[in-house]
Amino acid sequence: MSERKKAEDFAKEQKEISVSEFFEKNKHLLGFDNPTKSLLMAVKEAVDNSLDACEEAGILPDLVVKIKNVKEDIYIVSVSDNGPGIVKEQIPRIFGKLLYGSKFHRLKQSRGQQGIGISSVTLYSQLTTGVPTKVWSKVESKKKTHYCELHLDTTKNEPDVIKEEDIEKDILGEHGVKIDMEIHGRYRKTVEDYLKQTSISNPFAKIMYTAPDGTKTTFPRSLNELPKPSKTMRPHPHGMEFGILQRLLQKTSSRTLLSFLTNEFSSVGQQSAKEICKSAKLQDSMKPQDMERGDIEKLIKSMQTSKVQRPPTDCLSPIGEAELEKSLKKEYPSAEFITSIKREPEVYRGFPFLIEVGIVYGFQEGKKKDDDEKREDSIELIRFANRVPLLYQQSACALTDAVKGVDWRRYNMQQSGNNLPVGQMKLVIHICSVWVPFVSESKEAVASYPEIIKETKLALQDAGRKLASYLSGKRRVGEQKRRLQIFDRYSGEVASAIAILVGKPEKEVEKKLKSLIESRAHIKEDTPEEKEQGK
Amino acid sequence: MTKEMKKELENLGQKVLQDIEKKENPSIEIPIRALSNVIFDKKAGQLTLGDKTAKRYYFNVAHAKKFMQTLMVASFSKQLIDQKIHASIRDMYYNLKRTLPNSDENTFDEQSESDPIIVDLEVAIDVLREQLHLTTDRKGIVAGNVKIQDRGDIIDWSKLGSGGWSIPSTVDEVDFKKVDAEFVLVVEKNAGFERLHEDKFWQKHNCILIGTGGQPSRGTRLLIQRLNDEHKLPVYVFCDSDSYGFYIYSVIKSGSISLAHVSDRISTPSARYLGLTVSDIYEYDLKKAAIKAKDVDIKRAKELLNYEWFKKNPRWQKEINLLIEKGIKAEIEALSHRGLKFMSEEYLPEKIKKKDFLD
Repeated sequence: MSERKKAEDFAKEQKEISVSEFFEKNKHLLGFDNPTKSLLMAVKEAVDNSLDACEEAGILPDLVVKIKNVKEDIYIVSVSDNGPGIVKEQIPRIFGKLLYGSKFHRLKQSRGQQGIGISSVTLYSQLTTGVPTKVWSKVESKKKTHYCELHLDTTKNEPDVIKEEDIEKDILGEHGVKIDMEIHGRYRKTVEDYLKQTSISNPFAKIMYTAPDGTKTTFPRSLNELPKPSKTMRPHPHGMEFGILQRLLQKTSSRTLLSFLTNEFSSVGQQSAKEICKSAKLQDSMKPQDMERGDIEKLIKSMQTSKVQRPPTDCLSPIGEAELEKSLKKEYPSAEFITSIKREPEVYRGFPFLIEVGIVYGFQEGKKKDDDEKREDSIELIRFANRVPLLYQQSACALTDAVKGVDWRRYNMQQSGNNLPVGQMKLVIHICSVWVPFVSESKEAVASYPEIIKETKLALQDAGRKLASYLSGKRRVGEQKRRLQIFDRYSGEVASAIAILVGKPEKEVEKKLKSLIESRAHIKEDTPEEKEQGK
Repeated sequence: MTKEMKKELENLGQKVLQDIEKKENPSIEIPIRALSNVIFDKKAGQLTLGDKTAKRYYFNVAHAKKFMQTLMVASFSKQLIDQKIHASIRDMYYNLKRTLPNSDENTFDEQSESDPIIVDLEVAIDVLREQLHLTTDRKGIVAGNVKIQDRGDIIDWSKLGSGGWSIPSTVDEVDFKKVDAEFVLVVEKNAGFERLHEDKFWQKHNCILIGTGGQPSRGTRLLIQRLNDEHKLPVYVFCDSDSYGFYIYSVIKSGSISLAHVSDRISTPSARYLGLTVSDIYEYDLKKAAIKAKDVDIKRAKELLNYEWFKKNPRWQKEINLLIEKGIKAEIEALSHRGLKFMSEEYLPEKIKKKDFLD
């Protein structure tokens, strides 16, 4: 009989796991599941951060993205922007500490939200190549560029700065940040797709891209104006959860429950705050910090069911109907038909969100396919969340479900069963929200909230109707053209036969007949079918 | 007659041209030739066309091509008349077949497309194909004591050796110079004609012998009608004893459904059916030469029972019912079972003498 282990023995083996260690072992949770995707993740995280920074600082973004193949499957990803720069004290923590950021604790629409992204690339780079991440930052044209090389200490989840200095060499212009990451990866065209899509959803950004083979591509801006800055939103009572509420109650400076409700939440005034307290059977003069577990439970139930106004919507920053259309026209100049739809904001779990849809129909791209192939191709679905392209996990995404849930046959598209429609179409869907619910930390698929699916379907149907009216118009014109062609084709023989029968010159009869055909060009309907009639 | 025809065709062209000049949808009015518009005229004993018509429009995708084709056939025919020449319907098809400009579409793809257009034109302007100078293959043979003039030549039907005169598709311009006969005997089969011709039947019985070679051509039907009408010769029809034979008789007598519009010009309502009848099989002891009727024969016979012109005569009803009941039929050659000359020397003379005819 083996010796039994005692609890004390276990205790010796049990120790804290740092967030960094956890993610070190679970790289896939952050999106680094294969070399191709890892390279893309590095580009994506850096680009998203740059765009967020520029937008918040009110600067029209100029981004330079370069990917260099060092050897075999080692690449240097380099991204620089003209943003506000980062003060030198913050650089190590932003790039070298997981779950550190400005965006997590606020309710405001931004690309990043968790504070994991860029530091996870530092971690991945260190795990695969061991080369430290290099950061250059310039905050003011008069100040020097600050340079920093860093690692991430996984056991402590703290930055490990290897080298830090101010340098003379001016590589950043007036202000901005440049980051170089050396990682293990595999280069595929997905990087270019990602940048192209980013350019669609950020029409105010200019991105210059150099691929590993040296090919340069510029994605120009189609808009010279930044979107209106979105506002930070206080939480809405309908979206409250126990833990968050408990924390807010502890931290608040309000003295009474009533003022806590009106101060800390959006859409709650005196009247509705009183209502909430009343239906929760709580005194509105209670001190927030004194509330006990049972009280909080009663309060949360009442908050979730109370009739309060919808959350404010000025915290959302959609692309815009005209802007999306313009942006798509720039990206797909040969498309036959482009349209877009912007819906009004809606709410899920107390978070406002908004859906935009764009349709690009009838495009020529690459080699021409023959008819058979064309018929079999599903449409291309381009998904965005807060202007960030979602390139993976299409089938797990609520936006995809919404597309499949729409009956596209009603809009003159082919579709078999509940699949994606088939045909020459690109469908763009953008969800923007102060908090986009993702299926996982790698932010690739939107979670299936019924409100989101319903709203997306409505947006798709709006856009579908516009497409259908274009297609049926096109069909009508084509049909009319075909009809006239038939009449025109027979006109020669008819004219010649009449000329022989009546003994007149063929030219004269033909001229009359042609002018009759032309005068009927606008008539779309056939005369009724052969009718029987008594003599 | 030729002048009238030209006028009819010209009028058709004028009407369409006027539509064009008035900026209207050009159309051609054509009587409907479907069974729904075919009527059995009891008084005349003929099938005729009712008065339902349909318009064929140029500005109608479903009509446009036929509209063009109708005018093409009309103008082709006008040219034939102008040049005083004839063309076969196959000639016409080849002459009019061509590819339309800027397309791979043909004016006509097959002759089966141009043939019905000719009939459309016949009914539209109420003329006969023969008058439009359009001909078909010769079919049918004739022999007898008759002299005719055809395109200037005198032809003696009694002096054509073993062959007889083959009947052209247009006989309306044939002139009868001498007709010496007491009746016309129409035989369904060429083999039957050969037998009777060799046996000098027409000489011995002073008649005109016509072999139709199956369903009679329009030329043959017109010839029968003219002999009956112009020379008051009774017409006796001699066919197989089966549904097909009975229908051949009916076509000669009353016209056919598909050509109801020309019945009055080419049918012979006074024609009588001589044989074979189903009763004959029993009467003349031909049972051993009879054939078992097939399902299609029975089915067709049941249809014949319902045709008005078979309905009115109880004897016809009896014969057709007998065919259905006994399930047998017999060819005219079955008479050879009683000896090769039985047909010409016993059966036919006896039938004619007894006036044992079906009406």
